[in-house]
Amino acid sequence: MTPMKIVLAGQPNVGKSSLINAMSNSRLKVGNFSGVTVEKTQICFDHHCHAIEMIDLPGTYSINGFSTEEKVAKNYLLDKDYDVIINVIDATHLTRNLLLTLELLNLNKKMVIALNMYDEAKKEGIHIDVEQIEALTGIPTVAVSATTKEGIDELLDIIHTYYDSETRIPLNINFSDTIEEELYHITKFFEAKNFEYKDYTSREMAIKVLFENEKFYAKIHDKPIFAQLQPILLIASEKIYTYYETENINDIQTLEFHSIAHGIKSETVKRDDAKLPKQFTKKIDNILINKYLGVPIFLFFMWGLFQLTFELGAIPMDYIDAGFAWLGEVVGSTIAHEELRSLIVDGIIAGVGAVVLFLPNIIILYIGIALLETTGYMSRVAFLLDGFFHKFGLHGKSFIPLVTGFGCSVPAYMATRTLKNEKDRLITLFIIGFMSCGAKLPVYVLFIGAFFSQEVAGNVLFYIYIAGALLGLVMAKALRIFVFKGEDEPFVMEMPKYRLPTMKLIYMIVSQKAWSYLKKAGTFILAASILIWFASNYPKVDSDNLSVQLENSYLGQIGKASVPFFEPLGFDWKLSVALETGLAAKEVVVATLGILYNVGEEVTEDDDRLLAELKKQIPFATAISFIVFVMIYLPCFAASMVFAKEAGGYKYLGYLFIFTTTVAWIMSFIAYNITLALT
Amino acid sequence: MKLSDLNIDQNAVVEKITCNEELKQRFYSFGIFKGATLFVENISFSRNTIEINVEETSIALRMEEANSIEVTPKG
Repeated sequence: MTPMKIVLAGQPNVGKSSLINAMSNSRLKVGNFSGVTVEKTQICFDHHCHAIEMIDLPGTYSINGFSTEEKVAKNYLLDKDYDVIINVIDATHLTRNLLLTLELLNLNKKMVIALNMYDEAKKEGIHIDVEQIEALTGIPTVAVSATTKEGIDELLDIIHTYYDSETRIPLNINFSDTIEEELYHITKFFEAKNFEYKDYTSREMAIKVLFENEKFYAKIHDKPIFAQLQPILLIASEKIYTYYETENINDIQTLEFHSIAHGIKSETVKRDDAKLPKQFTKKIDNILINKYLGVPIFLFFMWGLFQLTFELGAIPMDYIDAGFAWLGEVVGSTIAHEELRSLIVDGIIAGVGAVVLFLPNIIILYIGIALLETTGYMSRVAFLLDGFFHKFGLHGKSFIPLVTGFGCSVPAYMATRTLKNEKDRLITLFIIGFMSCGAKLPVYVLFIGAFFSQEVAGNVLFYIYIAGALLGLVMAKALRIFVFKGEDEPFVMEMPKYRLPTMKLIYMIVSQKAWSYLKKAGTFILAASILIWFASNYPKVDSDNLSVQLENSYLGQIGKASVPFFEPLGFDWKLSVALETGLAAKEVVVATLGILYNVGEEVTEDDDRLLAELKKQIPFATAISFIVFVMIYLPCFAASMVFAKEAGGYKYLGYLFIFTTTVAWIMSFIAYNITLALT
Repeated sequence: MKLSDLNIDQNAVVEKITCNEELKQRFYSFGIFKGATLFVENISFSRNTIEINVEETSIALRMEEANSIEVTPKG
């Protein structure tokens, strides 16, 4: 049986993704900021034994919206094959949401309205007559709440029944008298001619021609009836133009839709004036986007987040570290074959252990970012910071991908799609790498641990992040002036109400991230670990001295070959090799260092041992220079691929490589020499 | 008077929108069109962005965009 294909369409922040979650218990990311659902998502599940395929379209305010993701939604709705549209509506913002509903109705597809956030509306004292909405729009309407799961089964049942029914409910919205009068004439004409097109009713066709639907015009243009239709249309348009005092049919349609939406709302919504809904959000906004306090509060949040990541994360890290050391010992003692033991203990267990070690840090950081996104605070920050970002040639919305970049560059690159303007988007893409991602954290933590005291560690980490971000801004300005010149994208965005996300939601977001990080550790990084282990142990040389073995290994040879390039930055061949393996994934830098500095040890990589080795073998200035280089140079392999896709081609990846390597080299050179001079 | 000339806590009625069709469409979908009532909720420190409320939706816009909305203050 072919699955029924259901498309979820709705404005941003109406809870489409959480509705999908409620319907399917699937793992999807849900956000309270426009543009979290960037790609169309497909999931399948059974309802009464019928496979359902759901496509979650990006939120769109209007079918004619201007952002890239709104275009994704539009193209899908217009050109793709699907069975039923679920129009998700925010019950607390009925009028605005109905505008999109009216546009969707003109697609002449089977459609069901899911009146979401019904529980929230009730709490705000908004009473909605669901049956009346159904009567006025002619569309099956169900009140649902993704949070309380109210109405979810009913919604699925109605979709199922509608899908099975042979006929589509015809569009039957009442326009103003002026429009209705003209529609009447044109409808009569189509009826008299017995003209048929798809499953459209005569009235639906009349609406299409009256509002100048280009696609429909193209279809009937060559038909014989077109000649007779034209004079009727001319008269109709003339009357309407005169009445509305404009010849812009889009403006007329907008006005019509607005009055229809208002009409529906006033006939279906009753409000208790006792409960004023805006108060809560307003009160919080008085503080959070306060003229003077807003920005400091935001910076405080960010600072607190990084402190938590470091301080709180340290506790489970000790246990994980000890766990892997123990595992290495236990496993190692059971393997007699020396080379095999070396592969498993020093290569695999040590490599993956070094990655898993940083899971607590990453989880804490992701919880913070998920909270920013789901509460609606993100858009406040965009409001606060647009003035600032705009000066650097960025958009207030650039803030979202940039902050996401602190977690992982992959979703960050994808989040740039909210930016409609090509240049704004490219600049943002190019500087996301300057926002140190979660995978760079292990490298920082390692080096800070080795070269700074525990008391200042949190602060040093904070400065690294801030320095990277500031450098990114300067680079953005440079790119705007020298490379991407041109007009700015308009800044018009919704500030959603504050919503407290459920624990389940946060859990889903964070666990999804954590799993994908671990999966990366299990596959990409594991493979890289084995490769590095091999490259550092082969070809075998006739020497008992392990450092000689390492120097002559493939890895050593590569490192030595690139020494002239890295020498001015104070790096020896070991650090050079670590940087090169880091191109695969940043976590591998730590794994490589673990292997390179712990040679000859029977036991697996031990964090304290590695710290001690680094401290002993690397000068302070070199360490600083190394941190700076890691901060700036090319993101990991996976992120690079996503970058190429989002930027629009591999040539951009080439530019990114040249751009980041050049900047990284210059900045490290400066940092190295300054530190040398000061110490 | 322009929207960008208003201050916090002022009400106003939209008179005219002067900008390209794309931006106008976005304004429309937020309920900003001739005759709509709006309320200024917030203006950022550097007067770079303004937050208005239209039909119970809060919308943030840059002053440059606010410049293209002509309004008459009310009350």
